[in-house]
Amino acid sequence: MKLIEVQNCYKVYNNGVTAIADLNLVIEKGEFVFAIGASGSGKSTLIKMLYREEKPTNGKVYVGGINVAKLRNSKVFKLRRKLGIVFQDFKLLPKLTVYENVAFALESIGMHTKDIRPKVVKALERVGLKDKMRSFPNQLSGGEQQRVCIARAIVNEPKLLICDEPTGNLDPDISKEIVNILDKINKESETTIIMATHDREIVNKMKKRVILLENGVLAADEKKGSYIVHESN
Amino acid sequence: MKAIRIVTRGIRDAFKSVVRNFSLSTAAITCSSITLVLVAVAMIISYNVRHITTDLEKELTIVVYMKDTATDENITELKNHLDQMKNNGNVESYKFKSKDEWKVEMKSYSDTFSTALEFLENNPLLNSFIITVKDVAYLKETTEQIKKNEMVASADYGEGMAENLVKVFDVVEKVTIILVFALVLVTAFLIGNTIKLTIFSRKSEIEIMRLVGASNISIRLPFLFEGLFLGVLGSIIPIIVTIYGYVLLYDHFNGYLFTQIVRLTEPFNFILYIAGLLLIMGSVIGMIGSYRAVRKYLKI
Repeated sequence: MKLIEVQNCYKVYNNGVTAIADLNLVIEKGEFVFAIGASGSGKSTLIKMLYREEKPTNGKVYVGGINVAKLRNSKVFKLRRKLGIVFQDFKLLPKLTVYENVAFALESIGMHTKDIRPKVVKALERVGLKDKMRSFPNQLSGGEQQRVCIARAIVNEPKLLICDEPTGNLDPDISKEIVNILDKINKESETTIIMATHDREIVNKMKKRVILLENGVLAADEKKGSYIVHESN
Repeated sequence: MKAIRIVTRGIRDAFKSVVRNFSLSTAAITCSSITLVLVAVAMIISYNVRHITTDLEKELTIVVYMKDTATDENITELKNHLDQMKNNGNVESYKFKSKDEWKVEMKSYSDTFSTALEFLENNPLLNSFIITVKDVAYLKETTEQIKKNEMVASADYGEGMAENLVKVFDVVEKVTIILVFALVLVTAFLIGNTIKLTIFSRKSEIEIMRLVGASNISIRLPFLFEGLFLGVLGSIIPIIVTIYGYVLLYDHFNGYLFTQIVRLTEPFNFILYIAGLLLIMGSVIGMIGSYRAVRKYLKI
């Protein structure tokens, strides 16, 4: 079953830069996909289009059956409730505790307080941070902060987890730990994961599907692939 | 239920924000308080001026004296003219007072008058009309029309004084309206500015809310409530000042300002009406200010 389908997609920014050119891509439900490519290759644009931070200039981008190209601004929140997003810079609120940061996502969508607690506790258990619930982000290490970010992304049990270079700020050991958590989430709940990364070691170790973007074009797409360095590089 | 939760959360966040950004909130509240105090003063002045003008207008009359040679026919002629003006023109009512009636009245004023009038064979007084008008603005015109009658010796009203007073009051009213309008704009702008700064200080929070799928209304609501709170809080001091201030002023002057002519409006329920208006104005100004800021700076 297709979860993401990109058809003849183009994205040209106002300054004339073409970030994505004639991209066609299908990602099935439950897949774990690495999106790799040099800076400016278009992987961030692709990721942003998936959660409708950017709108394609041309073509179609279906996420869970919704064409994000046609999605009105006022309806974007409906798409985002089905997704979880993990960022390189964590985006945690410094004045809130770990628990509050994760609960914030559910409070923001109007969930009842009594339903929030079990969900938050479960999400924190899954990333192994249940005992740090009362800590503040500045009392945590980088890896732990990223785990809070993952807990916040999965707390609403999304079908798709979008990770934009989640290990970019972390050292290799911690990075492995983070990817292992993501792998576990992928396997346990069949959450589809698309992860943009530069981390060669992780991609090679995980043996997952790899898509390579070059100048906005899909240059390679390999099942159980490794970090591909294209001839032009 | 969900809508109630979103509204409750909006109110809670707005309240938190007012407390958290204490100095900024205090500045906005102080500004709207000052504005609303001025608005209240302007409203009270304007209302009282209108009240006084209406009172004055009621009391303004034209006094017409007929010539000594005027016959009964001449009097009937003027009466007919006045009846006609009552139907088509500016005359509200009129009262005829014959020279004999004047004589009786004057005799009652003092003994000297009484003795003097007894000595005279002929009544030296004149037949007269006392005319009230519908609109003071046409006082002069009506007087001129009456003067055209040849048998009218004189037709007078408080020339100049009354008109000037009404003119001054008119100017006072217009100036206060303009002043109030300008102040309202300034306050709305200041509250908007406060909300703008709150939006900037909560930028990361808003970003996360957007990314986790909070609806636009639940993101915007706390800021709109914050504007409302600032406006309402800003109207509390002006309401207290107005109620106590006006009651004290009224009591101190016994309801009259400077002379017996200038009568103040009674405090109740007039002052409660002004207080209600201030509360509504505060809320509306706050909402307008925050709505503008949200529209302009909160891009979703």
